[in-house]
Amino acid sequence: MALGPHAVFVVTSYALATAVVLVLIGWIAVDYRRQKARLRELEAGGVTRRSGRGVADI
Amino acid sequence: MTLIDLANPTRFLQLTARILPWLAAATAILLLVGLYQAAMAPDDYQQGATVKIMFIHVPNAWLAMFVWGVMSLAALGTLVWRHPLADVAAKAAAPIGAAFTFLALVTGSLWGRPMWGTYWEWDARLTSVLILFLMYLGLIALWRAVEDPSRAARAAAVLTLVGALNLPIIKFSVDWWNTLHQPASVLRMGGPSLDRSFLIPLLVMAVAFSLLFVTLHLAAMRNEILRRRVRSLQMMQASRRSA
Amino acid sequence: MTALAALIRRDIKIALRVGGGALIGVLFFLTVVVLMPFALGPDLALLTRLGPAILWLGALLASLLTLDRLFMADHEDGSLDLIVMSRTPLELTCAAKALAHWLAAGVPLILATPVLGLLLNLDATATAAVALTLLAGTPALTFTGMIGAALAVTLHRGGLLLAVLVLPLSIPVLIFGVAASQAAITGPLAFGTPFSILCALSLVSLVIGPFAAAASLRHGLD
Repeated sequence: MALGPHAVFVVTSYALATAVVLVLIGWIAVDYRRQKARLRELEAGGVTRRSGRGVADI
Repeated sequence: MTLIDLANPTRFLQLTARILPWLAAATAILLLVGLYQAAMAPDDYQQGATVKIMFIHVPNAWLAMFVWGVMSLAALGTLVWRHPLADVAAKAAAPIGAAFTFLALVTGSLWGRPMWGTYWEWDARLTSVLILFLMYLGLIALWRAVEDPSRAARAAAVLTLVGALNLPIIKFSVDWWNTLHQPASVLRMGGPSLDRSFLIPLLVMAVAFSLLFVTLHLAAMRNEILRRRVRSLQMMQASRRSA
Repeated sequence: MTALAALIRRDIKIALRVGGGALIGVLFFLTVVVLMPFALGPDLALLTRLGPAILWLGALLASLLTLDRLFMADHEDGSLDLIVMSRTPLELTCAAKALAHWLAAGVPLILATPVLGLLLNLDATATAAVALTLLAGTPALTFTGMIGAALAVTLHRGGLLLAVLVLPLSIPVLIFGVAASQAAITGPLAFGTPFSILCALSLVSLVIGPFAAAASLRHGLD
């Protein structure tokens, strides 16, 4: 697959798109872990929801 | 399973836990297929290999508008039906939509550099997308400016709907202000003018990116629900301590 | 010294967190610059010529916009009274607050300049010149603006009053900032002359700003 004289632009756009999507995925995954850890911490400290359901139910 | 059933966040979380792996797998497969087809697509006789940028530029530009549509629906859900998940959906969509809009802008600019000779040209379509990007950033700033999520939700919902009404007006005025970009070629009266060898990879990529949005959106909504639980538990903890 | 470091860290943290609004300044900067072509027309040659002036005006307005948070938020929650009463000299505290404000709200403006330069079709030298003059000039905007912010908070009026007070004071900075960037791009003046004057303005404001702000806080808050 030859990309011709403007290969830099094609490669840069694909690389940038990959990078942005990966950052989005990473951010969402890290955020998920952080919120779960905080919920667990709070429950370990004895704070529970009115329904009594904990983080294990999710 | 109706919209009312989804109003229960716990049930929503159970549902997302069940379907997210499947959605992610489907997205990955479609993206790979789309990328392979894009790589195999022939070069354009005028634009050469740079036409390959189209396969990520166009889906991102389409999603930039689609996500605002999703947020407008969610805004209606917040203001009219008071659906408990609507503001969660609206808030989770904003950064993802901004990211897609950013990609549409940057890939458009990288496409423009070899075609027009400059990274940025104040032409109608690029400029409208830039304004859309500014509106996304403003919306995110509004979400971040108010600490109480339900108050922020109503303000953001109003802004989203005003934006949705205003976007066609902005588009029209910018078109009037300047036209240089090539005319719309996919969705045009009398069928698409794009060759099949470009159209099929483009459609596959568009579907793949839409699936990517749905997957990311559901995951971000799940985070937002958890964040609110953390917040309310922290409030309970604080009030218990002070009591 | 630790008190000042703690104050700077606290101010930066507040500015960057939810409800802070330091980054809204950058967004405003971006919006102002995007608005210009709609008024001037999309002619890239014209935009290139006016680019440094547009960027400087945008940065000036954006740094003004975030200034009224400088003392107002502290005044609302009462911590300003504690700061005024503390044993650390108020002049130093004001300087520390302004430094924190510049780091949180001024530096992002300079970082955003290359992107905006692209929109205005500025080449690399021109963008670098504007960024460099902004780096030298925005501290002056923050430190003179702090005087207006201190006056406005003692009078319980923010926003527009602050703008009316501060904008005339920042005219010299604007003149020499734009002159230095134009000199770097087109000449015929040497870059050094206006740039040194710009640096001198910044240094003078570093001295005058904290004293004037501290004085107006001392006399105004009681």
